[in-house]
Amino acid sequence: MSQIELINISKSYDKQKDVLNSINLSIEEGEFFVLVGPSGSGKSTLLRMIAGLEEISGGFLKINGQTMNHLPPKDRNLSMVFQNYALYPHLTVQENILFGLKGRKIDKKEQQRRLNEAAEMLGIQELLKRKPRELSGGQRQRVALGRTVVSHAPLCLMDEPLSNLDAKLRAHMRVEIRRLQKRLGLTMIYVTHDQVEAMTMGDRIMVLNDGQIQQVGEPITLYNEPVNLFVASFIGSPKINVGNAVFSENGKYLIVENQLHIPVDPSVFCHIPRDRNLKVGIRSEHLMPGISKKENLHYLEAVNIEQLGNETSIAFELGSELWTAKWPGQWKIDLGQKVSVQIMPEFLLFFDADSGNLIKSAELGKSQGAVSV
Amino acid sequence: MMLSMRKKIVFYVLLIISALLLAGPAIMAIVMSFMTNQDILTGRLPTAFTIDNYIAAFDRLPLLQFLFNSLIVSIVIMLGQLILSSLAAYAFVFLEFKGRDFLFYLFIATMMVPFEASVIPNFHIIRDLNWIDTYAGLTVPFFATTFGTFLLRQNFKQIPKELREASLIAGMGDFKFFLTVVLPVSRTSLVTLGIYGFLTSWNMYLWPLLASTNDTVRTIQIGLKQLQTQEQLNQWGVIMAGAVIVIIPTLILLFLGQKKLQKGLTEGAVK
Ligand SMILES: Nc1ncnc2c1ncn2[C@@H]1O[C@H](COP(=O)(O)OP(=O)(O)OP(=O)(O)O)[C@@H](O)[C@H]1O
Ligand SMILES: [Mg+2]
Repeated sequence: MSQIELINISKSYDKQKDVLNSINLSIEEGEFFVLVGPSGSGKSTLLRMIAGLEEISGGFLKINGQTMNHLPPKDRNLSMVFQNYALYPHLTVQENILFGLKGRKIDKKEQQRRLNEAAEMLGIQELLKRKPRELSGGQRQRVALGRTVVSHAPLCLMDEPLSNLDAKLRAHMRVEIRRLQKRLGLTMIYVTHDQVEAMTMGDRIMVLNDGQIQQVGEPITLYNEPVNLFVASFIGSPKINVGNAVFSENGKYLIVENQLHIPVDPSVFCHIPRDRNLKVGIRSEHLMPGISKKENLHYLEAVNIEQLGNETSIAFELGSELWTAKWPGQWKIDLGQKVSVQIMPEFLLFFDADSGNLIKSAELGKSQGAVSV
Repeated sequence: MMLSMRKKIVFYVLLIISALLLAGPAIMAIVMSFMTNQDILTGRLPTAFTIDNYIAAFDRLPLLQFLFNSLIVSIVIMLGQLILSSLAAYAFVFLEFKGRDFLFYLFIATMMVPFEASVIPNFHIIRDLNWIDTYAGLTVPFFATTFGTFLLRQNFKQIPKELREASLIAGMGDFKFFLTVVLPVSRTSLVTLGIYGFLTSWNMYLWPLLASTNDTVRTIQIGLKQLQTQEQLNQWGVIMAGAVIVIIPTLILLFLGQKKLQKGLTEGAVK
């Protein structure tokens, strides 16, 4: 049975424009569910409605099959980690961690046992007597997680818990949170605006834009088969390369940004409507080096080169767009140099330019790309 | 800051002059309280040290009783103000209700009504309650303080709302949150307001004069005035001794709480 169900949930502040619009969603027990979207898309609002900190304007929220719309937060049996950690500055780490248990009539011994367990799990045994201001960002983060651990609540909500940390620590904490969730069997709803976090942590991801669900699915599905241009450009780093495309008059070529002429292969292009405005997309790893290859070669002007050591990221100018290619290894390319690039039509994603919806996803790069071990 | 020598000298001379101007009368009062009457009247530098003035002051009036009354009145007003204004400030910050902001501005607007304008209605009320010559009559009218509520509201507003939300999830009620989180976090402002409230009540003159008719609850400020009117012109030493006794608690509090007072008063100002 799914643990959390949102049925037609909507939200408006002060009866104005809807911040969230008919959200339908169900989250399974033990699932790591990520809410992702740009700033202002309504992620925090949705999370806070599930927590009971924000009133639900319309629809139903069910937890374990029971309607929870008007239950106060404490009766929803959940824990929450805030972006600024919400640690009480006048209490020690230990008191902060046990804070949530005070109101719950749990006896002292049991509290102590849970505290030790949590401190050990998070590696903060030495910090228990300190005050929050004497801790580093990562340590504060761990204390906030400690609260979740001791609460033993089956549902955990997190609102951008890593956004105050530096890149290295963030990568580390990502792994830790993920392990903690699996170990405790928590159902997690995790809000972030960072698509890397979403991709790496989530069992399933929901992409939200302007208060509307764009797509819900597994990370790999969102990457390979984004339902529209928004999801395509939101998921994946660097961003997917997009260009306007039209068919040539004789129908033999697909012309991208008035520059690229891609020969039409009937087997790839059979379901593409000829009479509509199109946009094509291609992932940066599919703009491949053209050296020692014969077919589908194009010459593009390199306008920026970034050497990352293990790979090289090259920006090409294509009409009004900048396309980025990611080539493994180290490549020596001069600015302004014409570089030969292989663009296989099988890697192209096709979108309706007016609605932004996906017409056809790439044929190659998923079945063959994902290697089973 | 680096100052050139000349600037420094000018700076210090000016500082010393202003310090003397400010502290001069107080120093004079202290010195005079230890001088004999003869010395004072002839305007000489003191030739003898004496504590006769203090003995005389305590002899003539029940100064100890007055001091005790002042202490009670000041402490009760201080506590009353702290309790009422922290509760009110909590409501203005953490409770959401219709018309909250309007109510707050109305509240602030009462700052514009001078105390003197409300003296007469207040007096009528305590007379009708039979509170004349009681501690209640001296203290209760000062419990509600706009300034205190305003100060604490500014301070409470700086408490991140996530702290309240975390406590909601932990199942903590408003009152417990108020006691265990809001008050400890805002200690500094509470101490500031406490000292401020204590000192203003200690120095209060007009109201105790109206609200007390005999020595039982009369405060020290009134006592001091009595001393002055009782005395003939040549007893300045005794009056000064009385004045010194009155300012001692003020000085003690100021020395002890100076740092906190400064911090608290400026804390709400920034941001
Ligand atoms: N208390 C409020 N009153 C009125 N409007 C609000 C309130 N809180 C949020 N909003 C509006 O609701 C929308 C969604 O806000 P929300 O905080 O959920 O965004 P978010 O997706 O969490 O963004 P971010 O990534 O920046 O945290 C925004 O347009 C915001 O202006
Ligand atoms: Mg947010």
